[in-house]
Amino acid sequence: MSTKLRSPLARVRGLGSAKDGTGHWWAQRLTALALVPLTIWFVAGVIGHIGAEHDELLQWIGHPVTAGLFLLLIGATFYHASLGVQVVIEDYLHNEWIKLAALLVMKAAFLVLGLAAALAVLSILFA
Amino acid sequence: MAEFALPANSKIGKGKAWPKPEGAKNVKTFKVYRWQPEDGQNPSVDSYEVDLDSCGPMVLDALIKIKNEVDPTLTFRRSCREGVCGSCAMNIDGTNTLACTKYISDMKDDVKIYPLPHMPVVKDLVPDLTHAITQYSSIEPWLKSTTPAPERERLQSPEERAELDGLWECILCFCCTTSCPSYWWNGDRYLGPAILLQAYRWIADSRDEATGERLDQLEDPFRLYRCHTIMNCTRTCPKGLNPAKAIAEIKKLMVERKG
Repeated sequence: MSTKLRSPLARVRGLGSAKDGTGHWWAQRLTALALVPLTIWFVAGVIGHIGAEHDELLQWIGHPVTAGLFLLLIGATFYHASLGVQVVIEDYLHNEWIKLAALLVMKAAFLVLGLAAALAVLSILFA
Repeated sequence: MAEFALPANSKIGKGKAWPKPEGAKNVKTFKVYRWQPEDGQNPSVDSYEVDLDSCGPMVLDALIKIKNEVDPTLTFRRSCREGVCGSCAMNIDGTNTLACTKYISDMKDDVKIYPLPHMPVVKDLVPDLTHAITQYSSIEPWLKSTTPAPERERLQSPEERAELDGLWECILCFCCTTSCPSYWWNGDRYLGPAILLQAYRWIADSRDEATGERLDQLEDPFRLYRCHTIMNCTRTCPKGLNPAKAIAEIKKLMVERKG
């Protein structure tokens, strides 16, 4: 029962400040901000190509500017999503091992999805 | 894991229904959370009928009347009875507030009174605030200065003094902290709105010379960044303060000093 005898101040101070968290918080805000114009552009682009032929669509995505914007959109989306889900996991999972495992699986999943999406755009660009 | 249901020993049962006072015409029912550590029983909700014609206007008046005239075992904290000491903070009608500044007439139906949420209960409406108060002491809430003390006061311009308005009024009742889900789930590490507002009170003080150290101590994914700005704190504050804004100011300073 030694944990119970630890003084309240020792428990509050714990392992001290991690001197971290600002980068995460700031990146989440910046990616959110970047996603506003990128998402509007993406939705407008898709609406503009309703009824287009497959080749026309490939030509649009394969344009260097479009492909660049797509890569930014994909990067911002998956980075923002992983930052956000990280917060949810840290909020609600309190077993350290489960939390660590969930964070690793989540980050890996978003990395794979993001890479797959980016490589798809690149393969169209260089096709 | 997150707690989605109350533990078995916390399930609240039906308590005693105390008799209606004789001859009373204007009666209001108060449903009050009861629990005591001694008897090993689960908590329950007792209902008391209070004659409003012989009772003061505030919820605290009714609680004191119940304790004086009906049930002396009912336990709660109170002191100043005018919203200055923060002792009688409790959950009334689903909102954390001060019993002494909450009008009984604000509530149409029965008045439901519970202790501040998600804190250990000492007895009835008395929460154990040891951890929260210790978190307060951890932010070292006093003026820190290495400049030798001047002969007279440490000077502050009216504008610099105005920076503390909306901060110094906090009475540490912990209504905000105990209304915050982030504090419920991660209160062991997250400092909570009351303490972060107090921390900012010293960061914003022009006479304090330890701003950087104070920010160092707060820069932590759990101590500060568990705040997700859902604003329960600001909504519930019985003094009308804005802890969410104070936390946002701290976050702004964190970014400012990086670049």
